[in-house]
Amino acid sequence: MTGTPGQTVGPFFEYALAYPGGSELVPRSDPGAVRLFGRVLDGAGDPVPDALIEIWQPAPDGSVVQRAGSLHRDGWTFTGWGRCATDDAGQYGFTTLAPPSFWSIAVFARGLLDRLFTRAYLTSDDVPLSIPDDRRASLIVGREGAGYRFDIRLQGEDETVFFSFPGYRD
Amino acid sequence: MTDPARRRPAEPSQAGVTAEIAALGGSGGAQPRMDYPPYRSSLLRHPSKALQQADPEGVEWFAPMFGAQDVNPIEADLTIQHRGVPIGERLTVTGRVSDGDGRPVAHQLLEVWQANAAGRYIHQGDQHPAPLDPNFTGAGRCLTDSDGCYRFTTVKPGPYPWGNHRNAWRPAHIHFSLFGSAFPQRLVTQMYFPGDPLFPYDPILQAITGARDRERLIATYDHDLTIPQISTGYRWDVVLTGPRRTPTEQS
Ligand SMILES: [Fe+2]
Repeated sequence: MTGTPGQTVGPFFEYALAYPGGSELVPRSDPGAVRLFGRVLDGAGDPVPDALIEIWQPAPDGSVVQRAGSLHRDGWTFTGWGRCATDDAGQYGFTTLAPPSFWSIAVFARGLLDRLFTRAYLTSDDVPLSIPDDRRASLIVGREGAGYRFDIRLQGEDETVFFSFPGYRD
Repeated sequence: MTDPARRRPAEPSQAGVTAEIAALGGSGGAQPRMDYPPYRSSLLRHPSKALQQADPEGVEWFAPMFGAQDVNPIEADLTIQHRGVPIGERLTVTGRVSDGDGRPVAHQLLEVWQANAAGRYIHQGDQHPAPLDPNFTGAGRCLTDSDGCYRFTTVKPGPYPWGNHRNAWRPAHIHFSLFGSAFPQRLVTQMYFPGDPLFPYDPILQAITGARDRERLIATYDHDLTIPQISTGYRWDVVLTGPRRTPTEQS
């Protein structure tokens, strides 16, 4: 069966898709809390203020969490999924736990006709060997203070690597 | 939202954009072209390098789970979120969400958002000088049932102007956000209404360059879903291709 086509998330999604606590997978006071943050930039290097970033990750021990409660977080249940709209400076940020290998990331934006998938890896060792040498750095977080920076460049020389998954609407 | 296209010195005409649309007709696959110049905002926002093919890894074989604590059943009725009744043609939208093998995507989150009957979003950035409706927010959620079925009650959204080119109007649509059982099935799209005269002029819909592929985003009017004295009914099914699990990963 052919997959239903995607369409842009458009400019007017924030009032519907963003919600309190969406970007806080754990409370900041959690002893394991880390910050995953960055900017979304367009082909001219300008910030994209109307993008939506979703992360999906396992627990620090690698186990896949299958628990409800992402939309109404109770402050105790780690669900592994979060959502954050970019601000006027194109910035997003999550409070979460560090996965063993990578955060899986979906990117939506006005002007982006379909979603994009990328991964934020903690170390270069885990980046698939199929990724060309000169593009691997775009998939690796930078340590910044107590957090991890992962900028997403939609287009250009230093464009972020985006994945397509054969068999999934590719 | 001030679209950058709105500030361009030479504002393109609809005729010019329609010609660009025609020139690109049939040039893409079943999905929208990411690089689609008639939609001006895509120019600097599409990847210029090839996507890297990969198999899902680890957590990507799964999708986030949502439950009763996440979604109140009344969120599926966009007409009862305020004290009064919203203005507009009340309608039911229902359908089935399935995976690439036709199996239901059960108990999964589905979100919708839309303009009101006058074509105005409640979003701050929407400057279209059409009235807001104090009785309509235009956002809803539901979980699919065990057969993958969903159902919303809402009002028909109006078409609205936007800044892509001179006299650009979006056909009436409802935005949908869906999850499958594996993260790569994630889909954000728009549902349209049958016979909308604005279809050929709209670079967002036409970015899906094949007519038969565009039809997959157009709901069907279904008189059996129409409720006497209450609302008209539309049906729209969604296919989230995948998941493609190997036997090992399924165990
Ligand atoms: Fe819209």
